Amino acid sequence: MSLNATENGSKKDLSLFLGCVAPNRYPGIELATLKVMEKLDIGIRDLEGASCCPAPGVFKSFDKTTWLSLASRNIVLSEDSGTDLLTICNGCYGSLIEADHELKEDPEKKKKVNEKLAEIGMEYKGTSNVRHIIEYLYKEITPEKIKENVTVPLEGIKVAVHYGCHMIRPSKGKDLDSVENPRFFDELVDATGAKSVDYEEKMLCCGAGGGVRSVFPETALKMSEKKLDILKAGGFDCIVDACPFCHLQYDVGQKTLAKEGKEYNIPVLHYMQLLGLAFGYTPEELGITLNVTKNCDFDNKILNLSKKTN
Amino acid sequence: MQNAKMKLFNGYDKMTEPINSSEIDKTFFEKLKEEKGMEKVLLCFNCSGCSTGCPMAEIESNFNIKKYIRMAGLGLKDRLLNDKYIWYCTTCYKCQERCPEEVLNVDTLLKIRTMAVAEGIMYDDHRAVAANVIETGHGVPINDKNKENRKKLGLKEIPPTVHSFPEAYEDVKKLLKSVGFDELVSK
Repeated sequence: MSLNATENGSKKDLSLFLGCVAPNRYPGIELATLKVMEKLDIGIRDLEGASCCPAPGVFKSFDKTTWLSLASRNIVLSEDSGTDLLTICNGCYGSLIEADHELKEDPEKKKKVNEKLAEIGMEYKGTSNVRHIIEYLYKEITPEKIKENVTVPLEGIKVAVHYGCHMIRPSKGKDLDSVENPRFFDELVDATGAKSVDYEEKMLCCGAGGGVRSVFPETALKMSEKKLDILKAGGFDCIVDACPFCHLQYDVGQKTLAKEGKEYNIPVLHYMQLLGLAFGYTPEELGITLNVTKNCDFDNKILNLSKKTN
Repeated sequence: MQNAKMKLFNGYDKMTEPINSSEIDKTFFEKLKEEKGMEKVLLCFNCSGCSTGCPMAEIESNFNIKKYIRMAGLGLKDRLLNDKYIWYCTTCYKCQERCPEEVLNVDTLLKIRTMAVAEGIMYDDHRAVAANVIETGHGVPINDKNKENRKKLGLKEIPPTVHSFPEAYEDVKKLLKSVGFDELVSK
């Protein structure tokens, strides 16, 4: 692996950018993030007053200036507090890092955005970095350090890692792993004692992005179904994602498919929740039991693992 | 789901008809390339790497990213802006990563979508998402069920976002008004 810690500002304090879906639909992901970061002794604060990132595929399809202005306001909030901005969602990460790069690279765009921001007493300076929790943990904390903190090794849990799209694509300006066959997320999963196992169509999109879920939900679900079929046949214990929107698509999507007689019952976990389990928290404490898709077998497996270590 | 403007999509069956030279709008490409890098649509040499690897094309064969890139280069504005299938891209960016000519496939498609929106061509479900942001600052705002869930978990009932800070929401609202977003999506 050749992902290096970032040179500038890597050890800055972090502001947690919540986005929309985590706090407003899957608060367990928000809570798990706070618990995990505390355990790893990483200082984070709330990015108070942040708005929608705004959603990359949707708002960039409506109006570029709106997208850039709203994104820059969120970045300025973290700049003004002297912190880097930490996202727990691929969509937020994709939107904000792209906006940040456009403004850092293009003085003309920066000037125009600042004219708008001046109306609300703000200025974009370009002093903050946009981070995604997965690449942050990999680069700055490392899987080795995470492993040292694991109290309940998740042995025997077969994980299907879902990278999602916008964490790695478009790759421009992201300084990450291979876009076709990345490994860094898998290494973080393996650090919990669980095993990330490769599967066909691992890099397939969940189907929800680009505004497709809101207008053509049946079409979006067909894409999810394709991956779910593969995972069911492969006997996976759970899906682990890094994006609340993919999370929602797979979790709620399974319920919709169940109504059509297609049963999957594959638990959907954000990496923060998987890590939380390995740090000794229960599925209830991490909001995993608030998922639409329930799976008692999985919860019992986790319970047995924690009994074994106690 | 569809408003009056959407009649532009419905019944538009010209997609498979031969191109008439009168359909070529020369100003379209000029407008497109205002955005840095979009002029690269002209570098497409038809290898089909983009559409072959497209996960949406497997599900909805009317969605063809290569076709859209070629159409953009030709300046087939009306066909593009009125094609309902341009809205089927999930923005997975696989095609953009794979293009040997580094054509900005997805970014170009999104730019084309904004040109449609500027002409009032927009799905009602998308207008609803836009309205959420205008009215609350969130594309997906909090609801009662998740207020409850937050409390159950021991989190603050309302997250520390614009939802908790009225003055922050006022800033967002002002910013959206200033860039003309309200007006744009109410067209």
